[in-house]
Amino acid sequence: MSKKLRAVIIGPGNIGTDLLMKMLRSEWVEPVWMVGIDPESDGLKRAAEMGIKVCAEGVDGVLPFIKADDITIAFDATSAYVHAENSRKLNELGVTMIDLTPAAIGPYCIPPVNLDALSQSDIQNVNMVTCGGQATIPMVAAVSRVQAVSYGEIIATVSSRSIGPGTRANIDEFTRTTASAVEKVGGAKQGKAIIVINPAEPPLIMRDTIHCLVEGEADQAAITASVHDMVGEVQRYVPGYRLVNGPVFDGQRVSMYMEVEGLGDYLPKYAGNLDIMTAAALRTAEMIAQKLAEASAITA
Amino acid sequence: MKNKFVKLHDMSLRDGMHSKRHQISIEEMVAVSTALDAAGMPLIEVTHGDGLGGASVNYGFPAHSDEEYLNAVIPKMTQAKVSALLLPGIGTVDHIRMAQACGVSTLRVATHCTEADVSQQHIAYSAKLGLDTVGFLMMAHMISADALLEQAKLMVSYGANCLYCTDSAGFMLPEEVTEKISTLRNGLPDNVEIGFHGHHNLAMGVANSVAAINAGAARIDGSVAGLGAGAGNTPLEVLVAVLNRMGMKTGIDLYKIMDVAEDLIVPMMDSPIRIDRDALTLGYAGVYSSFLLFAKRAEQRYGVSARDILVELGRRGTVGGQEDMIEDLALTMAKENATAETVSATG
Repeated sequence: MSKKLRAVIIGPGNIGTDLLMKMLRSEWVEPVWMVGIDPESDGLKRAAEMGIKVCAEGVDGVLPFIKADDITIAFDATSAYVHAENSRKLNELGVTMIDLTPAAIGPYCIPPVNLDALSQSDIQNVNMVTCGGQATIPMVAAVSRVQAVSYGEIIATVSSRSIGPGTRANIDEFTRTTASAVEKVGGAKQGKAIIVINPAEPPLIMRDTIHCLVEGEADQAAITASVHDMVGEVQRYVPGYRLVNGPVFDGQRVSMYMEVEGLGDYLPKYAGNLDIMTAAALRTAEMIAQKLAEASAITA
Repeated sequence: MKNKFVKLHDMSLRDGMHSKRHQISIEEMVAVSTALDAAGMPLIEVTHGDGLGGASVNYGFPAHSDEEYLNAVIPKMTQAKVSALLLPGIGTVDHIRMAQACGVSTLRVATHCTEADVSQQHIAYSAKLGLDTVGFLMMAHMISADALLEQAKLMVSYGANCLYCTDSAGFMLPEEVTEKISTLRNGLPDNVEIGFHGHHNLAMGVANSVAAINAGAARIDGSVAGLGAGAGNTPLEVLVAVLNRMGMKTGIDLYKIMDVAEDLIVPMMDSPIRIDRDALTLGYAGVYSSFLLFAKRAEQRYGVSARDILVELGRRGTVGGQEDMIEDLALTMAKENATAETVSATG
């Protein structure tokens, strides 16, 4: 195989740290820098302990090292407000940005659905939608690739402990972005997203419900097979992605009931919503790395 | 307490949507709201049962959109104001903008009692529009009075001018209502009103509302003939009669609201609003009242007792909005029952 893609992670919080731990195991992507804004933050200290270079001066602090350290990929786990500037500065230096914020400047990416198509094009910024989107849009797509879906609706139920202050203050971003991606990536003509936060202790594992209204009589055998295939695709990067019940067929309605258990790298296992985001982001980077490796093999 | 004015807030056309599977017609909306207006009801809520944007597979598609209902009702009001409900995670600020354009005067932002901080953008936006902005803390039986006060303070800090203790499960007894309303009243600024929203699953709707008023609540929710989720809301015509006896003021004509109950609401009911074993289970197990019809439908479809489903939902700590859990759970319970039968047959 070719050399690993060298990466910067921006945002040393829960997501950034979990992503770092997954990346340390990757055959395709190597974490080089962790970027934060507070030199005293636990996240930067943890990264330093894991042998990663750390920078506490924000993205500006790492820009002088991008070329020298041969950085080609960046993950932004900060907030929608600062993402646009982060992306512009890094894109100028030829770095591809994987956006884990709801900023959604670039196209949405749900790896088993459209990563293949995206990685064929020369895209500098891809957006990972939302946790609820990563957990549910593969199922919408599994139905819509068999039969037209006039309406797709997803309900994500997450534990109170797994939802940070940023998401809470901007919960409309979640519903809007997810609904939009249910349409654009999931293939539903109309999309709707609902999020429910549950404070039960011990915390519940992320649950997701997907309802599709199909056009015409549901092709039960083909939809069921497609759904099971797609579950397998997602399990390649999120082993705890499970179809608990369904697909249920009720007239035009096709419903799937899922549970997403995380790997428990840095985040607890119940926080499957966060795990599926970091796993999908890393999977995206790995796919880009593989494409680059194939391309260089051909030109060589 | 004598001569104290209590503002009653009608839920028949919003919470009542749950018991009508969101199928109230425009004609019924207009007939009920104009009759309530004529009876002196000061505030009437008109929205999908699950609030603005609730139209969905999960909660049910309504006969008409929120906008159509609001536009049909609001121009017909002579003195009554109209409110809308919004649950962050279901509706967005876009819905608030639409409701304000339709002419609602009051916006109520509802969250689970421990999750007030998801309401910041909606409460702030509503307050900025100059709407009477209410924070609505649901399933308030699940936490202590002090914890409820902390969440209420968050909503006040975002801009709410009225805070509700909401007994979504109809689980509370009067002593608990007294403690929670007193704690809110004593802990929040004087210019913030306190409200109580009850369900009648343990037949405590009226008694709890009286306890709330005595503890300092200035707004009370109820619905005519109880039309609402579970065993319904506090029956307003009964509450008006009780408050009359106590010498309190509501501005509502008792005979007129009795007639709305008898002549308009009861004939609209798909089935009688009463404390049947499933509604009683909601109150007894502390389960969100709008789960009732979903559990009954799951019982019919999957042959699992609605009561067993509701008890299990309570045991799992489900919260408002988790209607999707009901079919999922019924499927799982049906599988378990089938396995148990196979085992006993082979054993």
